[in-house]
Amino acid sequence: MSILDAKVPAGPIERKWSEHKDHIRLVNPANKRSIDIIVVGTGLAGASAAASLAEMGYNVKSFCYQDSSRRAHSIAAQGGINAAKNYPNDGDSVYRLFYDTLKGGDYRSREANTWRLAEVSASIIDQCVAQGVPFARDYGGLLDNRSFGGAQVSRTFYARGQTGQQLLLGAYSALMRQVGKGKVKMYDRHEMLDLVVVEGKARGIIARNLVTGELERHGAHAVLLCTGGYGNVFFLSTNAMGSNVTAAWKAHKRGAYMANPCYTQIHPTCIPVSGDHQSKLTLMSESLRNDGRIWVPKKLEDAKAIQEGKKKGSDIAEDDRDYYLERRYPSFGNLVPRDVASRAAKERCDAGFGVNRTGEAVYLDFASAIERYGKMEANVHHVENPSPEKIRELGMKVVSEKYGNLFDMYENIVGENPYVHAMKIYPAVHYTMGGLWVDYNLQSTVPGMYVLGEANFSDHGANRLGASALMQGLADGYFILPYTIADYVASDIRTGPIKTDTAEFVEAEKSVRERIDKFFNTKGSEPVDHFHKRLGKVMWEKCGMARNAKGLQEGIEEIRKIRDDFWANVRVPGKPNELNQELEKAGRVADFLELGELMCKDALNRNESCGGHFREEYQTEEGEALRDDENFAYVAAWEWTGEPGKDVMHKEELKFEALKLSQRSYK
Amino acid sequence: MARQGLFGSSLIKKYWMALTGLFLIGFLVAHATINAMIFFNDGGITFNEWAHFMGTNLIIRTVELVLFAGLILHVVDGLMLWRQNRAARPVDYAFAKHNANSKWYSRSMGILGTLILLFLIVHLWHFWVPSRNIVGSLEPYGSDAAGRENLFALMVQVFSNPAVVVVYVLGCFSLFWHLLHGFKSAFQSLGLNHRKYNGFIAFCGAAFSIIVPVLFAAMPVSMYLGWIK
Amino acid sequence: MKLTLKIWRQAGPDAKGAMVDYPVSDVSEDMSFLEMLDVLNDKLVREGQQPIAFDHDCREGICGACSLFIDGRPHGPSRHITTCQLHMRKFKDGDVIHVEPWRAGAFPVIKDLVVDRGAFDRIQAAGGFVSVNTMGNLVDANAQPIPKLDSDKAFDAAACIGCGACVAACPNSSAMLFVAAKVSQYALLPQGRPEAKTRALNMVEQMDTEGFGNCTNIGACEIECPKDISLENIARLNREYLGAELSKE
Repeated sequence: MSILDAKVPAGPIERKWSEHKDHIRLVNPANKRSIDIIVVGTGLAGASAAASLAEMGYNVKSFCYQDSSRRAHSIAAQGGINAAKNYPNDGDSVYRLFYDTLKGGDYRSREANTWRLAEVSASIIDQCVAQGVPFARDYGGLLDNRSFGGAQVSRTFYARGQTGQQLLLGAYSALMRQVGKGKVKMYDRHEMLDLVVVEGKARGIIARNLVTGELERHGAHAVLLCTGGYGNVFFLSTNAMGSNVTAAWKAHKRGAYMANPCYTQIHPTCIPVSGDHQSKLTLMSESLRNDGRIWVPKKLEDAKAIQEGKKKGSDIAEDDRDYYLERRYPSFGNLVPRDVASRAAKERCDAGFGVNRTGEAVYLDFASAIERYGKMEANVHHVENPSPEKIRELGMKVVSEKYGNLFDMYENIVGENPYVHAMKIYPAVHYTMGGLWVDYNLQSTVPGMYVLGEANFSDHGANRLGASALMQGLADGYFILPYTIADYVASDIRTGPIKTDTAEFVEAEKSVRERIDKFFNTKGSEPVDHFHKRLGKVMWEKCGMARNAKGLQEGIEEIRKIRDDFWANVRVPGKPNELNQELEKAGRVADFLELGELMCKDALNRNESCGGHFREEYQTEEGEALRDDENFAYVAAWEWTGEPGKDVMHKEELKFEALKLSQRSYK
Repeated sequence: MARQGLFGSSLIKKYWMALTGLFLIGFLVAHATINAMIFFNDGGITFNEWAHFMGTNLIIRTVELVLFAGLILHVVDGLMLWRQNRAARPVDYAFAKHNANSKWYSRSMGILGTLILLFLIVHLWHFWVPSRNIVGSLEPYGSDAAGRENLFALMVQVFSNPAVVVVYVLGCFSLFWHLLHGFKSAFQSLGLNHRKYNGFIAFCGAAFSIIVPVLFAAMPVSMYLGWIK
Repeated sequence: MKLTLKIWRQAGPDAKGAMVDYPVSDVSEDMSFLEMLDVLNDKLVREGQQPIAFDHDCREGICGACSLFIDGRPHGPSRHITTCQLHMRKFKDGDVIHVEPWRAGAFPVIKDLVVDRGAFDRIQAAGGFVSVNTMGNLVDANAQPIPKLDSDKAFDAAACIGCGACVAACPNSSAMLFVAAKVSQYALLPQGRPEAKTRALNMVEQMDTEGFGNCTNIGACEIECPKDISLENIARLNREYLGAELSKE
């Protein structure tokens, strides 16, 4: 074990970033033309980095597995993006955004990075508006803000429920502008299958053309991984079907450390699983918790009756309902942070109070909101002695205006009218705070390989606040990496183009090819999804919302069994040299099967509870997460040593100078 | 290959289609108005007076050339659109429910236009060719009560044949469907779309598409039935 | 429920394709259409057959990857949703459902139901952007108020997910709704005005070069658009382009 140096610049926290920018090396415009950079992934981080680097003059090659770079999963973010603009004059500042983010992450992020994130957040909004991103505006024509995730200020900028889409399309348009100029060469339907390291430096990648199946070698002076999170290790998540860990995992195997892989965010308001055929879970915006009340029956016999379909939620009398969040957290109520809300739902369902067939759902009820709004409307419209029906009608209108699209989506998927029957929700895997370890410059432990966005171990610590993922992706891509990378590539201005016929490229391509052949030669009987679903079940049960040492040890054993079974019994049809979606999945699941074990190992190592990582052994008497700052205020960065499960841990100590550690409380 | 020139881009083709279309709509107004003079039922005197003016006035004759140019432009442009649009989908769907998302006549402007064009050739042959002395002349029909050449008499004769009447009525039907799409489409093509006025434009389009063809169809029918003598 | 699927199978870009019948049983009404195909593919793989290739990714109706022509219509029978949001409760026992790829010369088939929509990216690269570089010191986002109505209309246009249903629905295979949505978004915002003319000209030129058909205002695109993009946008593009064409030097 070693202690990792994050290369955080000296000086007071508010001066670190600008001092650092002032003193790192630059590359002059003429020399930028002789530097090639590979960017893998075209989400917010990837697209913004690729576009910015190309604008500066670097030659960029951009890769994505989707059929178009516009489809990266950043597009699905709904709620918004935080920025310390203080437009509503409610006392927001860089410090407050920094503080909220650090505290929300349960003090497990690097202080200097989190400060920098808050510091550049305002520039992101300026940049996006200049690009023509249609943020929501008020009647005066100025930008509108809303509060989010229980923050005490309104700092979230949004574009209806499609903020991620609009921000991504902004970055995509900037990227396409550079594609049109020839400064970015776009490789869509390409998947990175290995990182090529030459003399200790990242010098290129092996990519598979997903249409022809051809393996391609691409050389560059630096490689950026902007490949998102690995939530799909759980099979069911809110991630896109194609979201995967492969690029990051290959880099891990080539020397990049994986940090805090066990930090997973479970989002509390998703549509519950309906059956074995389920392929993914759909998120319902967190904003629903502003008006909806979460409850389960108080009596077990009522819960049983509901599970058996003999009763409906509306049959349960008000006194027999348990509004458990309001009961447990009187001051924050239904608006507690995501990790807290998720765990509370699990606790009730585990105790047998779930409200659907599988017993894994709680009610998100708008009946009282409808009544409240209805009475308000009746007053506004001077309706004398309104009947309960009239109140309902008026109230439903208001709720429909606020959440109509979400209600429609719910009805479409579930087939039940949420205005009449309380919505059923359950937590689902949503985001992974863990990822490849990077230093202050976003450089991994492989020199020349940088990691941006959700793919790195991130500025969010052990739990991410709502509307902060978009902020981080764009901060990394627009305003951090373009500066820090110069310091590294400044050494490469005389290197010349990277040759791809060297032994390292040949070896990397060969290992990729052998692995592909191995899939076809296995000639087993089970499709890839069979193993993915089994893995997901183990991960969810043993390394999900709540973990314990025994379960994690069992989990590791079970994952090993599934992995062995996979390599003995997987069936990949078709040929390698064609569009072959089963082959694509096989490669991704093979990597998940290794990552899953490391996640359990990391969770087992962390003998404390923090943010999204809840170890049942470490909780307060009231069942809240119990941190151990003395022993675990560090980043666990794992080094691959040649075999799955044999990773060795290194530490980055987390020091807090700008603020004091305290217990998170939402009571 | 970028498309350049007079018929340049797909949008320029669209503008020509709209402009010539509106021009032809203007012509229809004039044509229908003048022909409606037969409904005075005065043995064609008023009608022949107007027809004489139209046939002899220098400005009108010049405009007639422009009209032909406009018509040809409309037809040629339409054929080009039709050809390119067919080529844009080399393999068609095995099963498509087009009626779920659009009107059959909007999809059939090429066919409707062709039917109108065929009708137009017959129609020109019947009236325009003899009245301009290209083949035959109006002489055999003598003069009307006011002493003018008698186009009216030619009409009475042509429309005594039931087959001709049927052809004319079918021509008017084609025109109806063609206008029902074409009228408001021309406004959309020129960018004249506004939530406040769209309803009005659509109403005018529908009204125009009904009134003009009905007026035209009424002529052969009423002559055949002997209501106009 | 039991269904009969008639699905377009085509081994590769140059292969000859055909509609193939697949009977499926035990379809639950809670399944999405794509999950139903997942189950069918699972069966095909187990039987040693080639699974059906189709594009999909987010499965929540926003990425624009899914692209099936289902039962004679793009994204199937329901309005304002994409294929991944279509659920089997819209169908009934015994139904025969045709499933085909988008059909347009500009969207060549790669395999089975997967088509190449790269033309849209190239159109975007021709002008679908505001020429602003990344700068940390741009003018403040609130320096320029934008009327809410314009901003809302720009958003309505920007909601386009680039799925290509407009092209698939259009009897002419025209991409006007897609191009118009992008041109409109920028034309309505002050940030987009400086380049409005060249944008309209260049994007339309690229659209024509790609071999899409011409818009004849049929309106099928608007009905089938999963994001409800209005024909108003096409009219706006017509205005923008006309002005640009008349004034270009």
